[in-house]
Amino acid sequence: MKRHLISAADLSRGDALLILDTAEELASLADRPIKKLPTLRGRTVVNLFFEDSTRTRISFEAAAKRLSADVINFSAKGSSVAKGESLKDTALTLEAMGADAVVIRHSASGAAHRLAGWVRGSVVNAGDGTHEHPTQALLDAFTIRRRLKGATARGTALDGIRVTIVGDVLHSRVARSNVLLLSTLGAEVTLAAPPTLLPLAVDTWPCAVSYELDSELPKSDVVMMLRVQQERMTAAYFPSVREYSRRYGMDAARMAKMPDHAIVMHPGPMNRGVEIAAEVADSVRSTIVEQVANGVTTRMAVLYLLLGGTEFPEVTS
Amino acid sequence: MSGSWLIKGAEVAGSGGLAVADLLLTGGTITAIGAGLSEAGAQVLDASGLIALPGLVDLHTHLREPGREDAETVETGTRAAALGGFTAVHAMANTEPVADTAGVVEQVWRLGREAGYCDVQPVGAVTAGLAGARLAELGTMADSAAHVRVFSDDGRCVADPLLMRRALEYVKAFDGVIAQHAQDPRLTEGAQLNEGEISGRLGLAGWPAVAEEAIIARDCLLAAHVGSALHVCHVSTAGSAEIIRWAKSKGWPVTAEVTPHHLLLTDELAVGYDPVFKVNPPLRTAADVAELRRALADGTIDCVATDHAPHPVEAKETEWSEAAFGMTGLETALRVVQQAMVDTGLLDWPGVADRMSVRPARIGRLTGQGAPLAVGGPANLTLYDPAAPAEPVSAAGASKSRNTPFAGMPLPGRVVATFLRGTPTVLDGKLAR
Repeated sequence: MKRHLISAADLSRGDALLILDTAEELASLADRPIKKLPTLRGRTVVNLFFEDSTRTRISFEAAAKRLSADVINFSAKGSSVAKGESLKDTALTLEAMGADAVVIRHSASGAAHRLAGWVRGSVVNAGDGTHEHPTQALLDAFTIRRRLKGATARGTALDGIRVTIVGDVLHSRVARSNVLLLSTLGAEVTLAAPPTLLPLAVDTWPCAVSYELDSELPKSDVVMMLRVQQERMTAAYFPSVREYSRRYGMDAARMAKMPDHAIVMHPGPMNRGVEIAAEVADSVRSTIVEQVANGVTTRMAVLYLLLGGTEFPEVTS
Repeated sequence: MSGSWLIKGAEVAGSGGLAVADLLLTGGTITAIGAGLSEAGAQVLDASGLIALPGLVDLHTHLREPGREDAETVETGTRAAALGGFTAVHAMANTEPVADTAGVVEQVWRLGREAGYCDVQPVGAVTAGLAGARLAELGTMADSAAHVRVFSDDGRCVADPLLMRRALEYVKAFDGVIAQHAQDPRLTEGAQLNEGEISGRLGLAGWPAVAEEAIIARDCLLAAHVGSALHVCHVSTAGSAEIIRWAKSKGWPVTAEVTPHHLLLTDELAVGYDPVFKVNPPLRTAADVAELRRALADGTIDCVATDHAPHPVEAKETEWSEAAFGMTGLETALRVVQQAMVDTGLLDWPGVADRMSVRPARIGRLTGQGAPLAVGGPANLTLYDPAAPAEPVSAAGASKSRNTPFAGMPLPGRVVATFLRGTPTVLDGKLAR
């Protein structure tokens, strides 16, 4: 594996499988009364969050703590960043403190890439602007594999699994990372979105494209709904929220068109009633809560593998 | 250093190609061209193997003074210009304060004269404060000591079609030209990089080619309608070149420039998110580069202009979207043109003289610059060694800023000497004073 995890494109199929299988191993820990492992004792993980994202930060924090790492949370609010300190100076400060890994969330595409040029530790991209969010894609792949393959999941990829990603692909870091990772793992990805919310050169991506959702549903094993950001609603990407919802929203009628085994995913936070109806979000096909739980184990696997922790103690079942 | 100079054995770029000749420079004028010249008391420069070009003229330079002397000053910028082989530069108006009054343009003009490394011809703003709302006092700037003829809101587009029409019409009174920065503001809100495969992959807001082409098409029609001179700054797309070719085929008074970086670099360079490659207009695709080269070669695009845009280190050592737009270019322009145009067989050296000296001087309405090397003409010339081995470009040059996209890139050639009215500003590749 590479030293940093900035893009899902950094991961070979072998790397991705190693992370997923490591996460499976770690998941069995979650069932034990004592959830903590000593593998990253004495290592420092900094959560550098320039953008509010409590759920992602908590997920990384829980992951690092379960591996016994020291965790420093650095939030842009109330810090020197608010006083105009540059990303580079922040990076040099962290460097001086001896961070072994920096988990960065930033509103600018490429921020994680830039940071990696200024620090010696490993950089984990926890979402950079409209670029990528690779650990989200890993936890999604993990969730898909577990849910569709159950006990036989370990060691397998996603070959032949059909995944439809729906919504604002243009501005979605989740979509970018998922297209790259899921296709690396052999899944057949289709993007379903209005043309205004697809990148101009989407035909160069390793996926299919549809402007229509309904025709994709019967052939999907997984339907992943993307969040519609508030700022898109007023910028002429679509005429109205109601129309978006009618054409691309997942409601009970659409869910009924999916095969019986198919699942509905959402990276959260959801706009209930916009891209996903409450009855879908709360249904047994929804994996939304599992995705959160799987986020911790997947991020544990990433930190463990990037920081080269000691072997896990034998997990007894 | 005001004595005579005898330049021996240069390959002089003339209309018939290159011809080996000696040049005698006396009193700011070329007093003789021929074989076996001699002159008692003249300093002799052995120019065998060197190309003699008329001193280069840049239509598009940001010298940053007044206001951003941390990035560049007239003195440092003109030193860089001289080292790049330039004897005249047009200083863009987006300074602080903006060059939208006679006072500011005269200040810049005087600073250029005091520095003495090359002629500094100020460009005046089209609209007051570059705000795009009302015309600046164009006539007053034209009548000032700075003798302004080129007007531009460069960095911003004169987007209002009525204001653009009026500006074009108004400057006819004093043979002015409006140099447009063609960028539709609505189509480029928040734009960061050429809209295409790379911007989509990197998650950077796309900058569509049509945002440039739509304004160029509109402005060509306006220039034809009012019969006034339009100059299109930094053409960056294949479509723009096609529109300009069409406008010229109609006989319309349209000229255009292309930057060295748009002749050599593509948006692929942005994959590392290094903002040294962030520029306005953005780097485009390899297909655009090929078409721009072809358009420069066939004369559709009249000239090369550097858009030298110095920025301090902190403006570039940041996230891509936070970083300033712009690249330096004076010191590397001729080497880039050799690589992109001459070594590819698209343009010969007389063609380079035309695109980098004769035509930009004509568009800028400069007298005493851009004249082909001829007896009785001004002794502004550049001696260039095209056979110098390709050396990696150093970020540290005479410019105060280091934001060159060519740093570390091997480029052929070397500017050996620059003469401004018979006086060397550069000798042996170094500033002569």
